[in-house]
Amino acid sequence: MSPAPSARVFVARHSLVVRLTHWTNVAALLVLLLSGLQIFNAHPALYWGDVSVFDRPWVAMFAAERGETAVGLTKIGPWTFETTGVLGFSDNQVRGFPAWATLPGYRSLADGRRWHFFFAWLFVLNGLVYWSAALVGGHLRRDLLPRRGELSPRHLAAEAAAHARLRFAKGEAALGYNTLQKLAYLAVIAGLLPLMVLTGLSMSPGVNAGLPWLPELFGGRQSARTIHFLSAGLIVLFVVVHLLMVAAAGPANSLRAMITGKFAVTPGDAS
Amino acid sequence: MNRRRWLTGAAAGALGAMLTACNRLTANAGVQQTLARAEGLTRRAQRLVVDRKALAQEFAAAEISRDFRANGSISPGDPDYRALVESGFADWRLVIDGLVERPMALSLAQLRSQPARTQITRHDCVEGWSAIGKWSGARLGPLLDKAGLKPQARYIVFHCADTLDPNVSPALGRYYESIDLIDAYHPQTILAYDMNDAPLAVKHGAPLRLRVERQLGYKHAKYLMRLEAVADLAGIGGGQGGFWEDRGYEWYAGI
Ligand code: HEM
Repeated sequence: MSPAPSARVFVARHSLVVRLTHWTNVAALLVLLLSGLQIFNAHPALYWGDVSVFDRPWVAMFAAERGETAVGLTKIGPWTFETTGVLGFSDNQVRGFPAWATLPGYRSLADGRRWHFFFAWLFVLNGLVYWSAALVGGHLRRDLLPRRGELSPRHLAAEAAAHARLRFAKGEAALGYNTLQKLAYLAVIAGLLPLMVLTGLSMSPGVNAGLPWLPELFGGRQSARTIHFLSAGLIVLFVVVHLLMVAAAGPANSLRAMITGKFAVTPGDAS
Repeated sequence: MNRRRWLTGAAAGALGAMLTACNRLTANAGVQQTLARAEGLTRRAQRLVVDRKALAQEFAAAEISRDFRANGSISPGDPDYRALVESGFADWRLVIDGLVERPMALSLAQLRSQPARTQITRHDCVEGWSAIGKWSGARLGPLLDKAGLKPQARYIVFHCADTLDPNVSPALGRYYESIDLIDAYHPQTILAYDMNDAPLAVKHGAPLRLRVERQLGYKHAKYLMRLEAVADLAGIGGGQGGFWEDRGYEWYAGI
């Protein structure tokens, strides 16, 4: 720490394209998640393979009578859990996910599909803008791909240890992403998000006629639906950790940087 | 403790307000219209990328589902339809009319002697599930050629025998569907009379149902009575081109 309160300076951190596509993506993914759960509720069960063998789902949410009352049950593989009030049965209704997790809140597959496909287009176009800019403008190579040495086990172990103690780089050292951050972002932008698009397209009978290998890539249409659901869950997991990290690393400065592009650093301040 | 309770209450309140806002937004006609725009984009994009004659995937006999679910009407109560079932569909005729040069009425035996196709395909329900079945039926394209479409004809409307919503007028409650000529002339588009090598069961649409393989299950109208060639869909049912379309579902169900 420098003793004198040295002047904070603002440095450019995120490009306009990254900021715009980031917040568009947040909005699109939120709508896609909630409307996706509405669609899931029309048949709250998942299968592996091409087809649904109705008495052998690997995940299912349903209700059952217990004495005078109804209970919500969730089956995952060989296990069945009681999930009344959240999954299977909530608000006195038999439904997979509860009203607060779906768009719209009331049961409407038709409305859920409208939201989903409109925002799926927005999500895909936004992703194309982001990827073009990241490739052409050098953002991918400069800021996201790990540098030589960053992937060495020693470096990764040191970073993991620092993360576990919630110790983050400060000042100028925080201007770039750390390696774990880079790997997490890459896994999302090059892994999970494209996977959502591909498994989504695999469920379209129209696309299947043109690209029959696409659903087969995932083991069949019902497998694609399962993977679509699981990767949505992984995105939620990423976002939870992402938000915790933003909060731990200094929410005001990171958020300002993601909105205005400007990141505050105090020269000489490093840890 | 108090603060915690206050915070939980505030969070629940905010969530409730957001839910109401989302529901209001969904019910708004302008929002609906905007969201529905995506359908045209999807249809055009799919038709651009996928060849018009590209075949839906076909499967092996061993892959046929043993638990093919029936949805929508599974035992229509309409008296006219019950009478047809009683007589083993002896008096049933498929009417083909509208914008055609030679309107006709075909018996099941006549349909079975038309150019036919057999296919083992995957049926994808809008609800999310899939099942594989084997279908045999008369190809729609040659039938339409026989009837002679007039140049103004743009859609084929499928009028069905079953009332799926008894709480509205028959015009709105009776099942119907429609497809355009691209799908009507697709080689896998057939009027199926057999499923898994046996005559169609009542729950699957006896005596005749549409198979339009590159779209979702609700397009595959069951209990067919009449095919009508039309120039536009406005005057029929609720005007959106189908029973479910009148209730907010996409007319183009390739997704
Ligand atoms: C309201 C929720 C969110 C907030 C507040 C938020 C905040 C932020 C912030 C502050 C950064 C910059 C981090 C830094 O400069 O060190 C960032 C970057 C990033 N966020 Fe988020 N985020 C949110 C949701 C999401 C979602 C839903 C995704 C995608 C699944 C996502 C993916 C990313 C990616 C990939 C980056 C790196 C962008 C790049 O440099 O190209 N974020 N986010």
